[in-house]
Amino acid sequence: MNHLPLIIKREYLTKVKNKSFIVMTILSPILLIALITVVAYLSQLNNDKQRTICILDETGLVQDVFKSEDNTIYNILENMTLADAKELVKQTEAYGLLHLENSNLFDSISNQIKFYSEDSPSLTIISNLESKIDKKIENLKLQHRGVDIAMIEASKTNVNINQESFDGQKTSKIDSIVKLFFGSAAGYLLFMFIIIYGNMIMRSVIEEKTSRIIEVIISSVKPMQLMLGKIIGTSLAGITQFIIWLFIGGALLFTVSIVFGIDTSQAKTPNQQIIEGAMQNSNVNMQIQDVYNSLHHLPMTNLIIAFLLFFIGGYLLYSSLYAAIGAAVDNETDTQQFMLPILMPLILAVYIGFFTVIEDPHGTVSTVFSFIPLTSPVVMLMRIPFGVPIWQQLVSLLLLVGTFIFTVWFAAKIYRVGILMYGKKPTYKELIKWIKY
Amino acid sequence: MSNILEVQDVSKNFGSFTALNKVSITVPKGTIYGLLGPNGAGKTTLIRIINQITMPDSGKVFLDGELLNASHIKDIGYLPEERGLYKSMKVGEQALYLAQLKGLSHKEAKARLKYWFDRLEIGDWWNKKIQELSKGMAQKIQFVVTVLHQPKLLIFDEPFSGFDPINANLIKDEILKLREDGATIIFSTHRMESVEELCDDIALINKSNKILDGKLMDIKRHYKTNTFEVGILSNNKTVLEQELANKFNIYPASFKTLGEELKLNIKLSEGEKPNELLSYLCNHGEVSHFVELIPSVNDIFIQTVKNN
Repeated sequence: MNHLPLIIKREYLTKVKNKSFIVMTILSPILLIALITVVAYLSQLNNDKQRTICILDETGLVQDVFKSEDNTIYNILENMTLADAKELVKQTEAYGLLHLENSNLFDSISNQIKFYSEDSPSLTIISNLESKIDKKIENLKLQHRGVDIAMIEASKTNVNINQESFDGQKTSKIDSIVKLFFGSAAGYLLFMFIIIYGNMIMRSVIEEKTSRIIEVIISSVKPMQLMLGKIIGTSLAGITQFIIWLFIGGALLFTVSIVFGIDTSQAKTPNQQIIEGAMQNSNVNMQIQDVYNSLHHLPMTNLIIAFLLFFIGGYLLYSSLYAAIGAAVDNETDTQQFMLPILMPLILAVYIGFFTVIEDPHGTVSTVFSFIPLTSPVVMLMRIPFGVPIWQQLVSLLLLVGTFIFTVWFAAKIYRVGILMYGKKPTYKELIKWIKY
Repeated sequence: MSNILEVQDVSKNFGSFTALNKVSITVPKGTIYGLLGPNGAGKTTLIRIINQITMPDSGKVFLDGELLNASHIKDIGYLPEERGLYKSMKVGEQALYLAQLKGLSHKEAKARLKYWFDRLEIGDWWNKKIQELSKGMAQKIQFVVTVLHQPKLLIFDEPFSGFDPINANLIKDEILKLREDGATIIFSTHRMESVEELCDDIALINKSNKILDGKLMDIKRHYKTNTFEVGILSNNKTVLEQELANKFNIYPASFKTLGEELKLNIKLSEGEKPNELLSYLCNHGEVSHFVELIPSVNDIFIQTVKNN
C-alpha cells in the first residue's frame, strides 16, 4: 500500500498548524523589517547631526579647502594661540579642533597636524579631513615645483573598459555584480534552507522516537516511506513558510518605505558600498540600463532549471542525513557529534562560494568543489550565473543524484534500525554495524 | 486452514548476537496464545518479524496459509510494549491517521472510531491533545487504534501495563470479546496470572530458543507431579503424620484454613489413585481440604527457564 501521500499530508499539516511555526512565520519578517528600519533610521539620525569643527591653521595655506558642508560646519580661527583656541572650542562645545602648526617647509607640514577633541573622534571625520589636507598639500607641492595644476586636472582620464565576449555579448562590471548577486542568493538560500528545515526533519524523527509512536507506525508503513514522507512534508512546510516570508517581507518593506519615507537602502553593508564604489563612475541612468541589460544577459533558463535541480538534489541529500541522525539518537543533545560532519562540508561550500567563486568563478578550486557532491549544490549554484558549460552541470548533477541515492539508502538503513533503538547513544562503529543488519 | 500463524525455523542475528535461533511456533485460529519468556529472550524480535518490521535471516512465516507479505499489514493489529502517540496531535485526528495507515478509508475509520469511542465512553476526548490525557487514557486510545481495522491476528505486548485494575478488567473483557468475534490473539506478558486466566496455548522462549509450547492444559498435565494438598483434622497429629509418612511421600505444606488441621502435601507414586488416598484419609480423620496441586504457569516458567 502506498501511504506516502497520507504521511506527507500529516507531516505538512502538523508542521503548519504548530503554534511556534505560525508565530515564527509571521514574526520573523516583521522583526527583520523592524530591525532594518531601526538601523536605517538610526544611521539617518546620526548623519543629520550637525558638527562644528574649528580650524586653527598657522600656516595659512590649507584653511581655504574647508568649506562648510551639510553636516559639518568648519569654523576658521585666526590670530589665536593654541591654548586660547582649545579653550574656545571647549566653551562653544564644538566637535573638535584641527591644528596645523606653522612650518616653512611643505614636507614638514603634514607631520605637524593635530586634532583635539573631547572624545576620540569618529574615523570618517578624520579620514575626511585627511583626504582634504592631502590633496591641498599635494597641489601646493606641485605648484611649488612649477607644475600647472590646471593642466593636471585637464589630463585626468576616467577609463571604463567595455567588455565583450568573443561571440559578441557585451558585458560590464555591473554584469558581474548582478551575476554575483544571483549566484550568492541562490547558494545562500540553499544553505539556509538545509540548516533550518534539515533540523526540523531531525527533530520530527526524534519526536517520534521519544513519544514511542514509531513502532506503531512502522508496523503499518515501510521505514523508507516514513522517512521520505517526513522529508517531503517538512520541505513543503518550509516552502510555504518561505513564500509567506517573501510576501509579508515585501509588503512590509514597501509600507515602511512609503509611510516613514526612510530609504532602507541607506543601511548599507560594506559589500554594497564596494559595489556602489564600482558603479560611481557611470551616471545613474546608465546604471539602471546596465542592470537591465545584464539581467537580460543572464542565462535565465539555465539558471532556473539548474537552481531547481541542484536545490532539490542538495536539499534531499542533506535532509536524508539529518533524518538518519535523528533516528540514531534519543534526544537533541546527543546530535552534536553527528552534526559536525554534516555542517563542515556545508560551511566549506559557502566559504568557497563567497571567497573563491567571487574571485575566480572558473578557477580550479571553484571547479573541483562544484563537482564534489556535498559541496556542489551551493558552489555550482554560485558559479552558474557566470556561465558554466552544460556538460559540467550535467556531470555534477549526475554525481549529486548518485550520491543522493546512496545517502538515502544509507540513511534508510540507519533509520530502519535506529528508530527501534532506545536508551543508548550509538558510536560511529555501531552505525556502520547497523548497515549490515 | 486451522492455524492462523505458522512460524517455521525463523532465525535472526544482529551482528554476532543471535536473537532467534530456528524458532517455530503454530498459533491455532480463534485462540489466545501466550508468548512467554524472560527479558531479552527474543520475544520482541519474533513479534517484529511477524509484523514485518524486521526481516528474518532465515525461515518462513505464514499467515492464514499464505507466505507473509505486504498485503498482510492490514490483517495484523499490533500493540507494542514501547508505545506512545503523537503528543501534540488531537486524539481524533491521530486515530484517523493511524487507521488510514492500516488501510481503512477516512469515512470507514471515522464511523468505527465513533462506535468504539462511544462504547468505551471516551467520546469527549476527540478534540483533546494526547498530552492533556493521563497515561491510562492514552492507553485506551492506543487499544482502540490497534483493533479498529478488525485484524485477523492481534498482537498485544504487555497490554495491561499502565492500566488501573478497573480499566485492565475492561480491556481484558474486550480481548475476550475479540476472540469470540473470531480474532486470534498473541499475548506477550510477564504477568503470569493473566496468562493463567486468558491463554489457551503458550510458547516459552528463552535465550533465543523456543523451549516449550503447546496447549496450556497439556503442558500443565505434563508438569503435574501427582501431588495433593490435604488438610485433615485429627486428635493425634503426630501419630497420623507418622502413619502417612510410612505409606506415602509427604512434604510439609502451608495454606490457610480455619481450623487446626494437619497440613501436608502428599505425592502419589505411579499407579496410586487419588481416590485411594482420599478413602485412606477419610478413615483416619475428618478431611477438610483435598486439592490436586496443578503447577502454575509461574512455576512452569521458572522451572523450565532454570533447567534450560
